Amino acid sequence: MSEDLSRTPVSLSSVREDDPHLQPAAKNPIVVERIIALNFIAAMLSLAGFLWAYVVNAQAWKLGATFGGGLFFLGVGLVAWGKYLMPRGPFVEERHVLSSTQAERDSFADAIVNRGGGVIKRRKFLGGLLGGSVALVGAASVWPLLRSLGPMPKGTLFHTDWRRGTYAVDQSGRRIHTSDLAVGSIVTVFPEGKQDSERGQAVDQTVLIRISNQDYTTQKGREGWGPKGYVAYSKLCTHLGCPVGLYEQQLQLLVCPCHQSMFDVTNGAIPNFGPAPRPLPQLPLMIDSLGYIRAQSDYHEPVGPGFWERA
Amino acid sequence: MSDVVSSKLTKGKTFGAYGRVGQAINELDERLGVAKGGRTFLDKVFPDHWSFMLGEIALYSFVVLLATGVFLTFYYIPSSAIITYHGSYLPLDGQHVTQAYASSVDLSFNVRAGLLMRQMHHWSCDIFTGAIVVHMARVFFTGAFRKPRESNWIVGNLLLILAIANGFLGYSLPDDLVSGTGIRIAFSIAESIPLVGTYAAFFVFGGNFPGASTIPRFYILHVLIIPLIILGLVGAHLFLLVRQKHTQFPGPGRTENNVVGSPMFPVFMAKTAGFLFLVAGVVGLLGAFAQINPIWQFGPYDAAKISYAVQPDWYMGFLDGALRIWPSWSFHSFGHTIPLEITIPSVVLPGIIFTLAFAWPALESKFTGDKAMHHLLDRPSMRPKRTAAGAAVLAFLFTLFIASSTDVIANFGHLSLNSVLWAMRVLTFVVPLVTYPVTYYLAKEMQRAPGSGKRKTTNVVTRTVAGEYVAAPAPAYSEDVHEELEPKVVPTYIEVADPSVSGAVTVRR
Repeated sequence: MSEDLSRTPVSLSSVREDDPHLQPAAKNPIVVERIIALNFIAAMLSLAGFLWAYVVNAQAWKLGATFGGGLFFLGVGLVAWGKYLMPRGPFVEERHVLSSTQAERDSFADAIVNRGGGVIKRRKFLGGLLGGSVALVGAASVWPLLRSLGPMPKGTLFHTDWRRGTYAVDQSGRRIHTSDLAVGSIVTVFPEGKQDSERGQAVDQTVLIRISNQDYTTQKGREGWGPKGYVAYSKLCTHLGCPVGLYEQQLQLLVCPCHQSMFDVTNGAIPNFGPAPRPLPQLPLMIDSLGYIRAQSDYHEPVGPGFWERA
Repeated sequence: MSDVVSSKLTKGKTFGAYGRVGQAINELDERLGVAKGGRTFLDKVFPDHWSFMLGEIALYSFVVLLATGVFLTFYYIPSSAIITYHGSYLPLDGQHVTQAYASSVDLSFNVRAGLLMRQMHHWSCDIFTGAIVVHMARVFFTGAFRKPRESNWIVGNLLLILAIANGFLGYSLPDDLVSGTGIRIAFSIAESIPLVGTYAAFFVFGGNFPGASTIPRFYILHVLIIPLIILGLVGAHLFLLVRQKHTQFPGPGRTENNVVGSPMFPVFMAKTAGFLFLVAGVVGLLGAFAQINPIWQFGPYDAAKISYAVQPDWYMGFLDGALRIWPSWSFHSFGHTIPLEITIPSVVLPGIIFTLAFAWPALESKFTGDKAMHHLLDRPSMRPKRTAAGAAVLAFLFTLFIASSTDVIANFGHLSLNSVLWAMRVLTFVVPLVTYPVTYYLAKEMQRAPGSGKRKTTNVVTRTVAGEYVAAPAPAYSEDVHEELEPKVVPTYIEVADPSVSGAVTVRR
């Protein structure tokens, strides 16, 4: 407290008349006082308006305008009061040295190193056992908690629900017939029975495009995958898994609206623009005797974005 | 001292010179010893410079977030269970939506002031994160992070990261089409981490995307766990601030050993309480007049659907921009994939930026060899290298933020998306590289020109009666003249304990 004594105590009553530090910052305090009063009155009216608006269940903007406006005027009034009518200062406060003397530091360190460390040093074996137990308490509490958070990925990311013979259905569950799509048309399809499930929508979603009238081979080795010009690609962008929801019909590109990757549907959905690193996986299709579109098999590679276990 | 107090108390009935307040203080002080510290607290001096208010914006928008957020928890249902919507928003009637989405729409339309509270919550989140960034820039450019305040700089950085994370979690909760796409991207980013990515993603989201656990988990993180950590860190931030006292700009009477400004009570208290109302008021007006996140227009999330011009809230923009402009380089080898096209822009890049931010005080002290205590702030122009480096990093982040709108820019300006993409790729490097030297030399220039930034006064040319012309500078503009008094100690009362007792008892702080 020694630094306190060095300060000159000033009696407030004796300095009020002449000390400029205690004068308001405003050049014309009476005008400022009136402005502040107007703000407080506006705040009260506005907040009363809010209560009224709430009682009559007015639209949200009226509630917000009156409530926000009331708080705003209140804030302006209070800030102005503090800034213009209260003692302008400036006032000074000494900054005390926070640090201790070297002796005090040494004594603190000594307690930890010698008193605490000494205990451990004397009973090294016990100390080791204690450390081991504490580590196991940590492991025993954290590991099961972490492990229970979710299932192991296992093969989940490598398969979809498409199988040999699975019907392609649209979002309402209707099977797709060869006569359904005109050339240049597109529809999002799911494995039959999965169209309403979250997994069906998130993982199995597939775009079915009719790009021609005749059987269409998008790439070497995929002969017979595109009967009657119907080809199907996974709808999951290979960048970050957004649905490739835009079809640029004239350029025959599938576009992902998230980060603008573009996939050439005529050429195995190879990306020709944007950050996607891989083509969209193609689903081999077949047409059954009644003319319905079905899958030949599951996708031959994992759908969606890349991950470590993916080859 | 204590016998004065007890003698007053033994007198009974009559309160002392300070009435009931004095009585309450006596009672409290006897038990807790509040008087000395309390007076010191009321006398605590706060610097008057406007830039110290930026942190207050962050603090008070957090207060608004807590208040509006509590309101929202009464009506929001964190469940991905599918229900058929039959609420008051007729265009959605009969659609299958999650309870999370339905309750978000219902609380907007059916709960009184619900929409206002939702919009205020969203706006105050955007302001919270924004104010943190601007406050951080103030601390950075003025060197307020230097010894002894490195730890508070780190606390502040943690707060920024948590604010961004919690903003993202909250943005995801309504389960609308746009935010659902955001969750999908977050899942893919987690999945992309080499070696442990799929496990991380499955454990965080409770299984493969979309996972029924996502919404409930995000909810408890958003409303309890992260806000608790933020509250704790805000407490630590303010504790360190009070313990170490404020920094201040150099000026008359200001030294490394004092703080000059207004006392806590009543001046700062009036200003800061008023400022709380101001921030809340502005958020309220924004909630009233500026629509934000109209989830009923976006529609419910459906993993197979997507909307055009999907963009996250502003504070995630730099990540989205980085993901857009980073090329499609994926690494495949030994039967494994490292999706560099995801990992580098969305994991490595923010990792580098935040590591750099955390380490800056240590790095600067290492390279300048400056180990001294600093309570007086730098003017940014006095530290051209630091200022230029900070400006370059901000310019880099800002360019990435702009890059998150490549498609909108291309559409709006009728430009080829390809040109916009390449322009952003080039600008991401060019803008910071230009910003650095320009800022550096501007700062150097300002050092050389005293009074730079102030208006020059007019030269008034007058002709005397004899026909002689005389040029003289006009007096400075009155609003440019700031006369500041020499700072004075916060006034202390001299209290006479009892007029009948001879001799005054000085109440010391």
